[in-house]
Amino acid sequence: MVARTHEPGLKQAHFRTAGLPTLLLLPQLLILLFFFFIPSVRALMQAFLLADPFGATVHFVWLDNFKALFRSESYRNSVWVTIWFTLAQNVLTIVVALVLAFATDRVVRFQAAYKGIILLPYAIAPVIAGVIWAFLFNPSVGPIAFFLKSLGVAWDPNRNGWDAMLLVVLAASWKHICYDYIFLVAGLLAVPKSLMEAAAVDGAGPVKRFFQIALPLLGPTLFFLTTMNFVYGFFETFAIIDAVTHGGPAGATNILVYKVYQDGFVNLDLGSSAAQSVLLMTFALLLTLLQFKYVERKVNYSI
Amino acid sequence: MVERSPVLTLVCHLILIGGIVLVCMPLYFAFIAGSLTMQEVQQVPMPWLPGGHFVENLATAWNRVNFGRLLINSFIVATGITVGKVAISLLSAFAITYFRFRFRLLAFWLIFMSLMLPVEVRIVPTYESVANAALPIQWLVDALDIAGLWEWITGHRVEIALEWNMLNTYQGLILPLIASASATFLFRQFFLTVPEELLEAARLDGASAMRFFWTILLPLSRSNMIALSIILFLYGWNQYLWPLLFTTDKDMATAVIGVKHLIPRSDTEPAWNVAMSGALLAMLPPVLVVLVMQRWFVRGLVDSSK
Repeated sequence: MVARTHEPGLKQAHFRTAGLPTLLLLPQLLILLFFFFIPSVRALMQAFLLADPFGATVHFVWLDNFKALFRSESYRNSVWVTIWFTLAQNVLTIVVALVLAFATDRVVRFQAAYKGIILLPYAIAPVIAGVIWAFLFNPSVGPIAFFLKSLGVAWDPNRNGWDAMLLVVLAASWKHICYDYIFLVAGLLAVPKSLMEAAAVDGAGPVKRFFQIALPLLGPTLFFLTTMNFVYGFFETFAIIDAVTHGGPAGATNILVYKVYQDGFVNLDLGSSAAQSVLLMTFALLLTLLQFKYVERKVNYSI
Repeated sequence: MVERSPVLTLVCHLILIGGIVLVCMPLYFAFIAGSLTMQEVQQVPMPWLPGGHFVENLATAWNRVNFGRLLINSFIVATGITVGKVAISLLSAFAITYFRFRFRLLAFWLIFMSLMLPVEVRIVPTYESVANAALPIQWLVDALDIAGLWEWITGHRVEIALEWNMLNTYQGLILPLIASASATFLFRQFFLTVPEELLEAARLDGASAMRFFWTILLPLSRSNMIALSIILFLYGWNQYLWPLLFTTDKDMATAVIGVKHLIPRSDTEPAWNVAMSGALLAMLPPVLVVLVMQRWFVRGLVDSSK
């Protein structure tokens, strides 16, 4: 039967059948249970356990896994590497995307063609972007490495940590600029024309208008993109690291999510890997909450 | 455009051309390298114009990692993720916006929570879930001591060992990746904007809940479904970590994993020409999807992440 009552998140006209909604929700809830809730709870549990690689003996060790992590030189190194990597990638991506979006907003001719091509890297898998950049900068065959060497730069990402870091930052940014670009182009389109015209009448040039009117109005978009770039840098660049540097040389590009994988699947240190997972989860949770608090205000997620 | 300023317009065109060069340059070099012989690709500086061996390298890559099979796997996995996620999301969004039932709040929050954690942070436990999805049921069996109960009732000792191994299967590749509710929220947002009168009119005509869903709500959601499907297809096709972990059998890997196996290592011959042609092959389907469905793709991207 159809009823009309007020309840947030529920259509005013709705059904009151009991069995059907359960059936409708079942597929989603079952998949979430097996592949989201159980793994998450297990990660939490494992983080407080110490198990040998074959799982024969298991001890409850409270916070020892976490303490060991904070003491570990390689974990601290991984934290710093991740921070530098995401910050550099974030700044580079946003600045380039802003410049391109500003230019796109100004041109009339060929606008669709420019947009179409700049969006392409979104379709390319991170690992493939990584393979291509690894080739371009390969010290023995890569064309860009050759160019750098002819300029007298001693380029070798296999030995020099900074070179490796620069390489993964470039590859990760190349793949992700298009994402920020789309949102910024859409954001600029939404800036009220009347505001721009009023400023123009007052004598503000296009560049000044961009910095003083458009950019402040883009604030929420920029904040959203920054958090998304952090999520991207922290979690989705796994494939780029794996294809280009394997976390090396000497841990110089061993970002946190790569270390979780290495400690869990290569070194079989499950407790430590799970503790790292839990820390990453906490971080992801904070980012999401931050985003909901500041960006999604207009969208009503409450029920 | 508020005023004319030819100089700035020219600068903007130059900036955009620079952007296009930035995007295309790596792809161009990949293509050049993919069309050379191994000797040519190693000479420095590398030639700037394509050689005549592209098809030959493509064939080598194709045979070396069994690309035909891998591309089919990628299609199955990407399509499975797309169809699966759209289907379960439509149903659950319909349930939480159009039905009033006792566990609505609980269901909503369970789904909402899954928005918050990317699947990458649960690497080890998710692997265990795929290696044996029956593990939680086994715990339940052990905890309730069902084997003991059975022995007490019948006098026979039985061992209950449940196993449901999904490694090297399509469902193992698909299910963990659809376990997040982003699409449910997209459809929920859309359903909330659908006029109330539609349901009331459908009711007057005597339509049942499912009939309303099929004949009215689904057709209205079509454009959202298309836009989201494109994003999900790209997401599925480009997955790397999970195929890497869940497929130990070479024939069950996906195309992007195949490309990884083509990367020359320090102890193998530097066949970058084959690696690059393989990379171009594996990126071709998603790039075509974006080029052909550009308008929908942008919509899906903006919709699904906001």
